[in-house]
Amino acid sequence: MIELFHEPRYNFIGKRKWAYIVSIAITLIALLSLATKGLHYDIDFTGGTLVQVRFEQPPSVAAIRAGLTRIKLGESIIQQFGDPREYIIRMPLTSTTSEELAKRMEAALKQESSLGSFEIRRVEFVGPQVGKELQWQAVQAVFVGLVGILLYIALRFDLKGGVAAVVAVFHDVLVCLGAISLTGREFSLPVLAALLTIIGFSVNDTIVAYDRLRENRGKFVPKGKTFAEQMNDAVNQTLSRTVLTSLTVFLSAAILLFFGGKTLEDFAFVLFVGVITGTYSTTYVAAALVVDWTRYVEGRVGRGKKAVAKA
Amino acid sequence: MPRRLWFRIGLVSVVIAISLFYLYPPKKRINLGLDLQGGIHLVLGVEADKFVASQTERAAEDFKNGLERKGVGVRKVASEGLGRVAVELANPTNLNDALTVAAEFSTFDVTNRDDKAGRFTLAMRERQITQLRDDAVRQGVETIRNRVDQFGVAEPTITRQGSDRILIQLPGVQDPERAKALIGKTALLEFKLLDEQTPVEQALAGRVPETSEILYQRIVDKDSKAERKQPYVVQKRTLLTGAELTRAEVQADPNSPGNWQVAIEFTATGARIFGDVTEQNVGRRLAIILDGNLYSAPRINERIPGGRAVITGQFSVDEARDLAIVLRAGALPAPVTILEERTVGPSLGADSIRQGMIAILGSAAAVVVFMLLYYRLSGLIADVALVLNLMILLASMAAFGATLTLPGIAGIALTIGMAVDTNILIFERIREELRVGKSPRSAIEAGFHRALRTIIDTHLTVMVTAAILYNFGTGPVKGFAVSLFVGLAASLFTAYFFTRLLFDLVYVGRRKVESVSI
Repeated sequence: MIELFHEPRYNFIGKRKWAYIVSIAITLIALLSLATKGLHYDIDFTGGTLVQVRFEQPPSVAAIRAGLTRIKLGESIIQQFGDPREYIIRMPLTSTTSEELAKRMEAALKQESSLGSFEIRRVEFVGPQVGKELQWQAVQAVFVGLVGILLYIALRFDLKGGVAAVVAVFHDVLVCLGAISLTGREFSLPVLAALLTIIGFSVNDTIVAYDRLRENRGKFVPKGKTFAEQMNDAVNQTLSRTVLTSLTVFLSAAILLFFGGKTLEDFAFVLFVGVITGTYSTTYVAAALVVDWTRYVEGRVGRGKKAVAKA
Repeated sequence: MPRRLWFRIGLVSVVIAISLFYLYPPKKRINLGLDLQGGIHLVLGVEADKFVASQTERAAEDFKNGLERKGVGVRKVASEGLGRVAVELANPTNLNDALTVAAEFSTFDVTNRDDKAGRFTLAMRERQITQLRDDAVRQGVETIRNRVDQFGVAEPTITRQGSDRILIQLPGVQDPERAKALIGKTALLEFKLLDEQTPVEQALAGRVPETSEILYQRIVDKDSKAERKQPYVVQKRTLLTGAELTRAEVQADPNSPGNWQVAIEFTATGARIFGDVTEQNVGRRLAIILDGNLYSAPRINERIPGGRAVITGQFSVDEARDLAIVLRAGALPAPVTILEERTVGPSLGADSIRQGMIAILGSAAAVVVFMLLYYRLSGLIADVALVLNLMILLASMAAFGATLTLPGIAGIALTIGMAVDTNILIFERIREELRVGKSPRSAIEAGFHRALRTIIDTHLTVMVTAAILYNFGTGPVKGFAVSLFVGLAASLFTAYFFTRLLFDLVYVGRRKVESVSI
C-alpha cells in the first residue's frame, strides 16, 4: 500500500499566526498589482473587435502594423497566438461596424506584400452595450456564487464556518486575480469561468475539513482537547485526501495548461494557481479563522462566567 | 446474492444501455459548438422604437386622410416623440369632427386638448407601444429565419434573447460577410416619385422642399472599380412597398452584360396600386429605393398592368440572389444592429477539437495511471467508474441536445479531476477504517457510509456554483457550466451506485475476505 502520509500529526493550526502573515502578504501583493498594473480586460468586457489571422509564412509584426496604420488602426494590439504564423489583432471600439472593420483590415493587410497570403480564422466583435452587461454579469456571478456558498454552509454547518469559507474563497479569487495581473494575462470570459470553478473547488476542500470536524465532535465530546486541536485533527485526518485530490486536479490543470492550446491557456493558468491557493486557504484561512473566532467567543463567555462568580 | 444487489446491477445496466443508445453514433449525437465546427454567432439588437415610430407615422397619414374625407382642414398633422401625433386644425370650430375621426383610432388617446386653438395630441397607448415593440422583435425573428432558410444553412439557431435581441447561430457558414449582409439588411423596398421640379444643385445647397429629400445612387465604374454617389431629389411619399410582393427572381440584365437583375411580381393589391400609380404618372420618373439607397429611376412610359417590375443596379450573381432572398422573405419591421459577433473559421475549429481531445485524453490518462498505481485493484474500479462517468456525461449532453464547446471540453477535463476526488474520499476513508482494525467488509461498509455525506456536500456546493454560472453566464461560460453540472451529477451517481456495486461484487459476494486491495 502506497501511502503519502501515515497517520499524519502535523501541527498546522498551531502555526496559523505565520500563515496569517503569509496570506496577508500575498493578498497585499495581489492588491498592489491590481492597483498598479491593473487587469487587462478582454474585448468580452471592454467591447471591441478581435481578429485572428494565420499567415502562410511567419510575418513581421512591423509589417502587420504598417498595414493597419494605413487604415488608422496602428494602435491595435498585435499578439502572436501559439503558432508563430498565427496572430491576434485587437482593435478598440470604433464607429465602424464589425463587418466593415474586418473587411477593411483584410484589404489593408493584402496591400502589405511582404505578409504573403493569409486566412482570417476568427472574428469577434463585442459592442459596448454587451461588454458592459458582461462586466456586470461577471461581478454578479461571483457575488451570487459567494452568497450561495455562504448560505449553504451556514445551513449545513454554522455561520462562523460559512463566513470563514467565504473569506477563504475571497482570498483565492484575489490571489488568482493578482496572478493574472502580475503575468499580464487577459481577463476574459473563460478566465471568469475558471475563477468560478476555483470558488467551487476551494469550498469543496473546506467542506471536507468541516465535515470531518463535525463528525468527530458528534461521536464523542473530546476531553482535554481544545477546539484548535480538534480542528487540527480534522485537517490531519483529511490531509491525504486533500493532497491527493489537489494533485489530480492540479495534474488535469497542468495538462490543460501545457497541451490545451492557446485558447485554453489562460483558463488553465487560473485553475493551476487556484488549486494551490484553494488547498492552502482551506487550512490556513478557513479553518484558522474558525478556530480564532471560536476562541474569541469562548474567551468572552469565560470572562463572563468569572465575572458572575466574583459577584 | 441479496435482492438489493440485483436491483443495483439492473439500475446500472439500464443507465449504461441508455447512455450507449444516446451516444451511438457519436459523430452525429454530440452537437458541436460554433467554436469547434466553425460558424457565426450573432447577437442583433432590434431598434424596436423605430417600428413604433413608423407605425405612428402611418397612423398620422391615415388620420390626415380621414380628416380630408370629412372636409376638415388641417394646419399640421405630424408625429412628434414616440407614439405621439400633434394635430392642429385650420379652424378650431371643426374640433368635434376631428375628434370623431380620432375616435376611430382605438389604440390612441386624445391628450393635450386645446379647444380654443384647435390643437390636440394623439398619444399611442402604453400597451400598444409595448405590443408593437414585441411585434417588431417577433417579426424580425421570423423574417430572419425565412432568409436563413432560403440561404441554405444546415441547423441554424435563430431565437429571441431578452426583450429586444435576436440570437443567431449559423454553423459551418463559409462566407460570413455575405451571411451577415443577408441577415442584417432591413430590405425595405419602396417606390417613390422623383421630384423633378427641384434641381439637384438647389437641393444640395440646402433648399429642399419639405415634401422631398435627397437620396443617393451608388455607381461603380466598371474599369477603375471606383465608387461614386449620384444624388437625386425624391418625393418623401411612399407609393408602394415591398410588402406587396409575391415573387423575386434573378435574371441576367439584358442591357448590361455580366450583370444581373432581380425581377419582382406584386400581389393582386400591389399590382392594382402599381397600375394606378403608373397610369397617373406617365412621363414622370419612378425611383426604386432599397433601404434608403436609390437603385434606379426609370421613366414611366405608359400604365404598367400585371404588376411586374425589375430592379437593376450592377449586381453580381450572388448579390442579385441575396437581394431576391431578402425581398421574398420580406423587410425587417425595424432596423437591426450587430451587438456581438463571433465568427470562427472551420480550420480553427478543427484545431480546437484536436487540442481539446489531447487535453481530455491526457488528463484522463494521467489520472487513470495515478489511481491504478496508488490504489491498485480499487484504483481499477475507480478507473472503470471514471469511464462510465464520461459516458453518462456525454450521453446526457446528447440527450438534452446540449452543445459541446471548447470551454465545455475544459469543463469535462475538470470533471475528470473532481470525479476522482469522490473515489479518493471513499478510499481514504476505507483505509482509515482498516487501520483501526475493522474487517475488510465492515471497513468498506463504513468507508462508503461515512464518505457519502461529505461527497454530497461537496458535489452540491459545486453544482450550486455551476447553476449560478449557467444563469449568469453567456455563450462560452454557459457551455462550461453545463458540462460541469452534468459531470458532477454523473459523478454522484457513479460514486454511489457504480463504485459501490463493483466493491460489493468483488468483496461482499465472497464468503471470506482476507484483505482489500486499496
